[in-house]
Amino acid sequence: MDLLSWARSPWGESVLIHISWDLFWASLVGGLLFLLAHGGYMLFSQHRKRPQDEVDRLEAERAGLPARIPRHGFVARVFHWVQAFAMLALLVTAFLPIVGVRFAWVQWHWMAGILLTASILFHIIHATFFLDFWSIWVGPKDIPELKSEVLREIGREDAPGPRPGKYPLGNRLYHLAVMVAGLAVIATGILMMWRVRTGIVDRNPYIMSDPAWGITYVMHGLMGVGFVGLVIAHIYFALRPEKLWITYAMIFGTISRREYLEYHDPDRWVTKGSSKNVA
Amino acid sequence: MPPIRDVMPAFELFQPGSVTDALGLLDRHGADAWVMAGGMDTFDWLKDRIKKPRVVVDLGNVSELKGIKDAGGGVEIGATTTLTTIANDPLVKERFPLLAQAALIVASPQIRNQGTVGGNVSQDARCWYYRAGWPCYRAGGNICYADTPTAVNREHAIFNADRCVAVNPSDTAPALIALDAEFVIKRGSAERVVPAEQFFIGPAIDITRLTILRPGDLLTAIRIPATWAGKGHYFEKVRDRMVWDFALVNIAASLNTSGSTINDARMVVNGVAATPYRLQAVETFIKGKARDKATADQAADIAVQGAATLRHNAYKVPLMKALVKRAIRGDAEWTS
Repeated sequence: MDLLSWARSPWGESVLIHISWDLFWASLVGGLLFLLAHGGYMLFSQHRKRPQDEVDRLEAERAGLPARIPRHGFVARVFHWVQAFAMLALLVTAFLPIVGVRFAWVQWHWMAGILLTASILFHIIHATFFLDFWSIWVGPKDIPELKSEVLREIGREDAPGPRPGKYPLGNRLYHLAVMVAGLAVIATGILMMWRVRTGIVDRNPYIMSDPAWGITYVMHGLMGVGFVGLVIAHIYFALRPEKLWITYAMIFGTISRREYLEYHDPDRWVTKGSSKNVA
Repeated sequence: MPPIRDVMPAFELFQPGSVTDALGLLDRHGADAWVMAGGMDTFDWLKDRIKKPRVVVDLGNVSELKGIKDAGGGVEIGATTTLTTIANDPLVKERFPLLAQAALIVASPQIRNQGTVGGNVSQDARCWYYRAGWPCYRAGGNICYADTPTAVNREHAIFNADRCVAVNPSDTAPALIALDAEFVIKRGSAERVVPAEQFFIGPAIDITRLTILRPGDLLTAIRIPATWAGKGHYFEKVRDRMVWDFALVNIAASLNTSGSTINDARMVVNGVAATPYRLQAVETFIKGKARDKATADQAADIAVQGAATLRHNAYKVPLMKALVKRAIRGDAEWTS
């Protein structure tokens, strides 16, 4: 299987043109295999949430918590679903023609790309100035949480260590991967607007050299096929029974008090009424 | 290393004697097989070593694919019938002079003697950037060399360009669409019949092909119904020189008239888009109208709506308008 496609330029040079579309199938199959593997594993393993007696104790300690805890504000939810729509539109328009479903995809693709770009720009501003910016990032400080979560996953229910703050570690790692891949497809996609007729910029493929275009197309393709696997994983987790409470929160905005205490560390995700009762 | 010219690469040659055998070969060799009828498009590709098929299936010995026969007031033309045969056929000349004229004006007498109608409608784009073997979109690359600020694009598209701006070069294709023809395509034991208009594909749908033919498909016949037999026909081709040249723009029109009123029409222009460009808005507009200068002028304006010109092909807009006017008015365009 070739990973990259090459061509001979008019000047006789060997130039990159794009990734091999075999990689699309690799990403698709990889995503589906992960889905099967994880689904199989979950048949024999329960997600390690906090034991019920401990939740009862926490609930008594934190009587000030409301029945519903806001998890995603309205604006954040609108952003999420707009971005999801744009991403699915991008994947459908990019890859259906490759699997043989022929339609006029280019215009829909770049328009969906503009929608994605606009939504991401909005998200950056919104997250920077109106949300808890650092709550989604991953860093060395998360190593104890990673260690605890791994131990709980393999059956050590009594494993010490912190529980997640607002976003579980898996969420934050996924966000990191999507951010890297997303910014790469956006940056390369904006450059590629000069290769097609959009009415926004004048078509001019000579703004960059052939090798630079080759790298641009390869990056766009690699990140694009990467998104196939990422989106499969995302939809899979969103639909898993033990994760549905997160999905509902992305629709309705809130989670229950019990869910808040079962899955999160109230000292790491501080919300209204989450402090302990003062005796 | 510079490209090697005029020496064909080695390939395995098959010369089947029947459609069944030809289909069997195409099925067996799939995308490795190259279908050759008259060879007028094939030899350019092979001699320039731009295309290097492993197998060539020469249809020259398949007699079933040759000839013209009456078909209930229309005609059925075998796909490898030569253009000269079509241009001289009494039945075609009597019923569908539009097609006879289109066939008669293709290239040169020698090419018409060898070239076939199936090959003429199936031929590949003539964009020289593409034919030179450059890695353009149509060749599987990621650039259109003809649509750049410095490109030489006098012959290229003014409609429906989608990354690639190459045009369909066929003369008989617009005539067949104007006559509402159907193309018979066989694949293995299956047969499908598609309207001529749907035989062609633009770059928005598939940037590497001009037709719906896939590996394993064989165009076997073209059927023209009686619908437009004996009606008013008009064909005109504008080219840089009067022999052996592709159309800058050509037009084919079938008109059903009562006196000076147009009852129905089909008009198709080629050389302006990657597929023969049917003027449906014009057809709708002129229905029920007088075949006069006012109608022709308005129709010409409608015809070029949506044209997007390149650096060197803006002339195609007034040229196309002139052809539409002439097609509607016929000889009267010259006298009033």
